[in-house]
Amino acid sequence: MQLTNRSKVVSNKVQTAMEQLYLPGIIKGMLITGSHLFKRRVTVKYPEETRPRAAVYRGWHVLKRDENGAERCTSCGLCAVACPAEAITMESAERKKGEESLYREEKYAKTYEINMLRCIFCGLCEEACPKEAIFLTDRLVDTEYEREDFIYGKSKLTEKIDKRIDVSKRQTLEVAEFKKLPGLKHNTLWEGKSLKKGKH
Amino acid sequence: MITFLIYKLILCVVVFAISLGIAAYSTLWERKLSALLQDRVGPDRAGPFGLLQPLADGGKMFFKEEIIPNVSNRFLFILGPSLVMLTALMTGAVIPWAKDVYIGGALYSMQITDINIGVLYLFGVVSMGVYGIMIGGWASNNKYALLGAIRASSQMISYEIAMGIAVIALIITSGGTLSLREIVETQDAGFANIVWQPLGFIIFFVCALAETNRAPFDLPECEAELVGGYHTEYSSMKLGLFLFAEYINMFISSAIMSAFYFGGYNFPFSHELYDAMGLQDGSKWIALIGFLAFFTKIVIFISVFMWIRWTLPRFRYDQLMKLGWKVLLPLSLLNLAITVVVEFFRGNISF
Repeated sequence: MQLTNRSKVVSNKVQTAMEQLYLPGIIKGMLITGSHLFKRRVTVKYPEETRPRAAVYRGWHVLKRDENGAERCTSCGLCAVACPAEAITMESAERKKGEESLYREEKYAKTYEINMLRCIFCGLCEEACPKEAIFLTDRLVDTEYEREDFIYGKSKLTEKIDKRIDVSKRQTLEVAEFKKLPGLKHNTLWEGKSLKKGKH
Repeated sequence: MITFLIYKLILCVVVFAISLGIAAYSTLWERKLSALLQDRVGPDRAGPFGLLQPLADGGKMFFKEEIIPNVSNRFLFILGPSLVMLTALMTGAVIPWAKDVYIGGALYSMQITDINIGVLYLFGVVSMGVYGIMIGGWASNNKYALLGAIRASSQMISYEIAMGIAVIALIITSGGTLSLREIVETQDAGFANIVWQPLGFIIFFVCALAETNRAPFDLPECEAELVGGYHTEYSSMKLGLFLFAEYINMFISSAIMSAFYFGGYNFPFSHELYDAMGLQDGSKWIALIGFLAFFTKIVIFISVFMWIRWTLPRFRYDQLMKLGWKVLLPLSLLNLAITVVVEFFRGNISF
């Protein structure tokens, strides 16, 4: 009884005299490998060349600053809760007087660490963030010699004031509009609206 | 006498250096060619186009930890790779690299020694090479190494027979001389020996692949079943010597094949070229051009060796033995018989 049509008939054909000579077969095989001498190389010489990445590539995270250069993150911990790999930890601190230019709101993240070995680059932290503070970028995470070096602190995550990182590819207009939906009211805070209006 | 010694010494050092240099760059070329055949780029990081890669490899080998197993025989363990390297380098002594050169009125031969039993010497030294592998595999006191050594010895002994008989046919066509120099010189006047001995060449080539333990005959060191074969227990530069000796052997067997079957330093229309350039016999330019021609042939052969390696899969052990004893040996005997009959009727040999 035939169960599938994938079964094959095994053939134990006796080799012809020509096949037993082997030399024609060997020469044929060598011509096949030889023809590859003239084919296009598939190697990408990585540090010098990079393969084109998608504009919305999810790589090395960035902690954004606002237009005045103050850190947006308020250390609410929603990203850490959202993180399926439990890669994010943070410690919060209260903003002192005179630090208004450094931190946008009264509470800020004293330390903010992402373990890049745990991170699965899913982007859920970015989705969870109510302050538009964390984004994934198209930068690749560096290689390191020690496992500890893969725990990225604020020094590696926060963008430099003089070297802003463009996240407009990931924060498209559609995304911004989506975040204004009534069900996601907490997101409207950054628009300057009062927190008390929403119920969350 | 002193000038003779100095000239021989210089020649020895040059041949030694060339053998080692070619072997070093063969490792790079092997990796490059395998990459090219597989649509890759190959090593290109060390120096321009990766040209310093052999140095980096050698440096790496030297800095590796040197392990001599407790259960091994220390003396034999060290003797193994030394013997392999020694025999590999000794074969270069009888190869005529170029035509004689007149320097200061004296004729200098571009060959370390022209012994009248050159072919016999070659076979003697090459069969010594198997001792290095056998001793290395035995002294490791490791079953994989021993299996590799057994394979190597049986393979080399089996294929030496067919190779020897193919060379006997060659010697008959070149007038019964065992001197490599005379074998090459006979091809200067007429055609290269490949014209008279095509079957002999194919047999010799296949046997040369087997003798140098190159794919598809690399059973002694087959990494898939034997973890590395006879050099399983070797590390650091002793492993390097084994690997290096393989490339020297490849270089020397390419040189022998070019000398035996493709005219060595002769090439078609060489006399016409030399006449057109107005060169006298014994000119150093003739020697140089001849050497370059010889070298080109060697490089082509080395490349073909590698091309075969990256095309064909490894033989199974019984297939190897079957090919050696049931195919190549009868074929070489047939070749010998045909050669003898043809040469008899041409009047080149008599009884």
